[in-house]
Amino acid sequence: MTAAILALLAAGLFFAAVASLGVLRLPDFYARLHAVGKAETLGVLLVLAGVALWQGPTLTSVKVLFVALFFFLTNPTATHAIARAALRIGVRPLAADAERRP
Amino acid sequence: MELRTVFVAAAACLIVLTLGYLYRLVTGPTIFDRILGLSGFGTSTTIILTLMGCAYGRLDMFVDIALGYALLNFVGVLAAARYFERARG
Repeated sequence: MTAAILALLAAGLFFAAVASLGVLRLPDFYARLHAVGKAETLGVLLVLAGVALWQGPTLTSVKVLFVALFFFLTNPTATHAIARAALRIGVRPLAADAERRP
Repeated sequence: MELRTVFVAAAACLIVLTLGYLYRLVTGPTIFDRILGLSGFGTSTTIILTLMGCAYGRLDMFVDIALGYALLNFVGVLAAARYFERARG
C-alpha cells in the first residue's frame, strides 16, 4: 500500500517536473501548450490518485477523485481555448516560418 | 505517520517546480504565454493545497478549497482567453 502510494507520488512529480521544464525551455508558444496540456494533466492525475489511495474509501477520497476528473476535463479544455485565441490573434507557430523559408 | 513527511516533501518539490510557471508568467513573450503560466500555476497550487491537507490531516477541509480554487482558475483562464481573442492585439 505504502509502496503504491510512493510510486504514484513519484510518477506524478516526475511528470509535473517534465511539464514545468517544458514550459520553461520549449522554444515555441504552441509547444509550451503541449507541455501543460498533457504532461501536467497526467502528473496531477497521478498525484491525486496517490492521495486518494492514502485516504482510503471515504467521501473525501471520492472528492479527491472528483478533483482529478475535473482536471482531466478542464486542463486540456483551457489549453485548447488559449491555443484557439492565439491562433485567431495571429501568433505564428515556429514550424510555419520554417516551412515558408526555403 | 512518516508518510506525512513524504507529502510535505512532495509539496516542497511542487513549489520549486512552480518557479518555471512563474518565470513564464513574468517574462512571457506573448500575452498567451502569460495566461498559460497562470493556468499551470493554478494547477500546481491546487495540488500543493491537497498535499498540505494530507500533511495537516485535514484533507476533508482542504479538498473543498482545492476544488474551489481549480474551478476559479479554469473560469479565469477561459475568460482571459476569450477576452484577448476579441481584443485583437
